[in-house]
Amino acid sequence: MSSANQLLLEAKNVTKYFGTITALENVNLKIHAGECLGVVGDNGAGKTTLMKVLSGLYKPSAGSLHFEGKEKVLESPRDSQNLGLEMVYQDLALAGNLPIGENIFLGREPTTNLGLLKFLDYKKIKELTEAHLGKLKINVKSADQKVEELSGGQRQAVAIARSTAFNAKVVIMDEPTAALAIKEVGKVLDLINGLKKTGVGVIVISHRMDDIFAVCDRVMALFQGTNFAESELSNTSRDEVIGWIMGKK
Amino acid sequence: MDSKDQDKDSLYLKLIPYFEKYGILLLLVIMIVVMHFLQPDVFLSWRNVTNVFKQISWQSMLALGVFMVIVTAGIDLSVGSIMMLSLMILAIVAKAGAPWYIVVITPLIAGFLCGLFNGLGITLLRMPHPFIMTLGTLYIFRGTGNLISGGTPISGFTDEVRYLGHGRIDLTWLGLEKSQYLPVSLVLIAIVYIIFWIFMNKTRTGKWIYAIGGNPNAARASGINVNKILVIVYSLCGFLSGIGALILAGRTDSGYPNAGLQSELDAIAACIIGGASFFGGRGTVLGVFAGVMIMGILRNGLNLMDVSSFWQQVLIGSIIVLAVYVDVLRRDFGTRK
Repeated sequence: MSSANQLLLEAKNVTKYFGTITALENVNLKIHAGECLGVVGDNGAGKTTLMKVLSGLYKPSAGSLHFEGKEKVLESPRDSQNLGLEMVYQDLALAGNLPIGENIFLGREPTTNLGLLKFLDYKKIKELTEAHLGKLKINVKSADQKVEELSGGQRQAVAIARSTAFNAKVVIMDEPTAALAIKEVGKVLDLINGLKKTGVGVIVISHRMDDIFAVCDRVMALFQGTNFAESELSNTSRDEVIGWIMGKK
Repeated sequence: MDSKDQDKDSLYLKLIPYFEKYGILLLLVIMIVVMHFLQPDVFLSWRNVTNVFKQISWQSMLALGVFMVIVTAGIDLSVGSIMMLSLMILAIVAKAGAPWYIVVITPLIAGFLCGLFNGLGITLLRMPHPFIMTLGTLYIFRGTGNLISGGTPISGFTDEVRYLGHGRIDLTWLGLEKSQYLPVSLVLIAIVYIIFWIFMNKTRTGKWIYAIGGNPNAARASGINVNKILVIVYSLCGFLSGIGALILAGRTDSGYPNAGLQSELDAIAACIIGGASFFGGRGTVLGVFAGVMIMGILRNGLNLMDVSSFWQQVLIGSIIVLAVYVDVLRRDFGTRK
């Protein structure tokens, strides 16, 4: 329990302005190893902005991010990736015209370098992909299948595989089940539980109480850009969490 | 019976990707066979085949450049003007008496810089679509070409300058006749296409070009510097147009104001016939080559049969529509499993 409890990522008093609009004000967030944190809130509550700050897409106007106890300034998504912070976007951020393996390694492909030119190591991509998909128990016909040929659930699985291919420590998922058929939701939730067991800290943003209560250990609610409420999952109920979303305690 | 049916079905499904990749080559072969039967004495003669390659030589360079741009879901309308401007600069430098190695390099640099200008305009000025930037430069580059040359042709280059477009590789040592030579432009097409095939299929930058066309947000989220890749793509497109200018200088021995007029549309047509998708992320270098060849053979064949150029326009237009419709049908088959 002690090592599993290690504090991985902490956001302290994060504030973000867009012009005169305050999207986030003094928001705090903590995520530990092997833990799943649910983030809920109404549209416009600041969930997505917070996640974009955590993934390095936005720079906070004020406040700080701490990773494994050290303060970090993220200039780009590449910086957060290098720390082991990965994001699974709501629109999945996959290129449908490319095969599964090339999507998983997109931007970080293993290459053989010849002067300025970097040649892709297709064999290694395929081997690493098959090993990684096997580890996560994701079944697809072949690593060479194009992503556009996959079902919504399989795509979500590929997106999650992509986020964990480089020893991720924290994975942030934006509405991971929103676009899925009901029978596929269970598989994705199983994947999340699997990640937790390997010591990954998972942050799930979701509207679906079913998802939150199936995989999360803790839930926090944002309301109008501020921390509104937070609780261990065992100490709260669906109705209470739904109330938080609407700004009622 | 059932399992046999399944085998048949899976064989059919297995064939689809090959058809997607090589179907356009099949069309090319059919065209060649048909033309051969229509013009048995002439069409496949040494003289005519080399002629086709000479005719498509500079178009094939523009088409290859536009192809890469189309893969990023962009468009470059300025390639014809880039070629004309590069050609005019070449002509002026040549007339100024510069040594041939300088003359030969100038259109390549000029084309590259024009492409760089397009790329920087699209990314830095955040033009809503590359169509607008390159529509603007279509006028700007051609206007500049006319300004620097006074709008009059400049003729007469040295043999070294004309080598790529006009040179002949003698094959008499193979026991062939003197008239059975290999045009240098044909060798150049082969080399350039092989290099760009390797670039698009084997290098990381090539993969990123496809990724940007498939989903620019995915590319961005993956840490790919999308703008940098776009600038590289438009610059390479300009560079290839510069090679086109060098070939054209060799072929025509002159820089003239109407060079490459409307050739941007031919280049786009060749890409579309060759299976590149306007929505980006799809298409192959081999397909573009087939597209260029199909247009070249069609024009050549119709000329041989003395069909008016007006009919050529109608036919090429019809082939574009037909080729894309076949693609739509194929995609229907591919997704309905």
